[in-house]
Amino acid sequence: MPPASLRASRGAPFARLAGVGGYRPSRVVPNEEILRHIDSSDEWIRSRSGIVTRHWAGPDETVAEMALAASGKAIASAGITAEQIEAVVVSTVSHFSQTPAIATDIAHRLGTDKAAAFDISAACAGFGYGLTVAKGLIVDGSAGHVLVIGVERLSDLTDRTDRSTAFLFADGAGAVVLGPAQAPALGPTVWGSEGDKSQVIRQTVPWDEYQPGDKFPALRQEGQTVFRWAVFEMAKVAQQALDAAGITAQDLDVFIPHQANMRIIDSMAKTLKLPEHVAVARDIEFSGNTSAASIPLAMERMLETGQARSGDTALVIGFGAGLVYAATVVTLP
Amino acid sequence: MAASREEIIAGLAEIVNEIAGIPNDEVTEEKSFTDDLDVDSLSMVEVVVAAEERFGVKIPDDDVKGLKTVGDAVGYIATHQS
Repeated sequence: MPPASLRASRGAPFARLAGVGGYRPSRVVPNEEILRHIDSSDEWIRSRSGIVTRHWAGPDETVAEMALAASGKAIASAGITAEQIEAVVVSTVSHFSQTPAIATDIAHRLGTDKAAAFDISAACAGFGYGLTVAKGLIVDGSAGHVLVIGVERLSDLTDRTDRSTAFLFADGAGAVVLGPAQAPALGPTVWGSEGDKSQVIRQTVPWDEYQPGDKFPALRQEGQTVFRWAVFEMAKVAQQALDAAGITAQDLDVFIPHQANMRIIDSMAKTLKLPEHVAVARDIEFSGNTSAASIPLAMERMLETGQARSGDTALVIGFGAGLVYAATVVTLP
Repeated sequence: MAASREEIIAGLAEIVNEIAGIPNDEVTEEKSFTDDLDVDSLSMVEVVVAAEERFGVKIPDDDVKGLKTVGDAVGYIATHQS
């Protein structure tokens, strides 16, 4: 028999960011607290990372609770109801149950039980990966509105006694709602992986080697290697995302890189030769590195404080463990 | 044509000046990047990348750790430049 003739789905012509929301845990942790466990100084931490304070989650601020809080704000900001969400994509590396995906619990508790729901593992590039998947779902008709969440409790994966990372990682959630659009509002994604550098940022002990009583697994990274890759290689990827969208740095209003380290952000902005009018996200100062959550958190903060406005053109780029990266130009919600 | 030792020092001095704001004439062979020239481990990466572009050398991360003084870097670049 010849193959049956199939009906294919067709979605909206384009997708757009419709809303954004964030959740920052209530406990603010200053550098002084970090210094109880490492031989360092406030000045050293600030000069190496730009971080002054960060938020660490309390026992009740679970991955799911933080994600729900951020999602509620994103859905409200998109002007829709939770029932209209047809897919939930969660990027996290700090939800400690292998299965089921945390996305199903979040979808259920938001009140959108029928939504497709799944987790992705793309570390600090998770937001861009999620965005790209969501865009595809909308354009091919698999979902009308998609919720993309980046959520982390990296304090659980932080070795408080490691002087090179103890001050860096933090907790929080950021979410965006994507919906249909009649005009382009998301540029092409430039993304990829470099698995030959899989050990540059890693978990100290794999879960199947971890024994109760051992030191809990933590994140480690080779700082200089990450810095070189992030600043110089990722600046090229950022430029490619501008080229792919058919614009130049002059056309940008906002630059929101993953909030990995202030030194990376500053060097990247310099390498990209961003014009002075471009507002650069520097949320890391009071938020630390929240991996997949950092871009939507910074986006929400910039919109709240007036550093960015709805309709602005923003370049976003995430990069991290894998190594993986994703960059795209977006119209801000 | 390969750069001379003097040209490499002069080039490194310009790079260190640009990145750490140290006057060019203070960048001499015996100086330690970290202790004398205000170049920390992350700034050192920027110095290395700029030097790679300027002198046409590749300096892998594993080798960067061995470059403690300006003289170390000059020697490395002189040996490895194409």
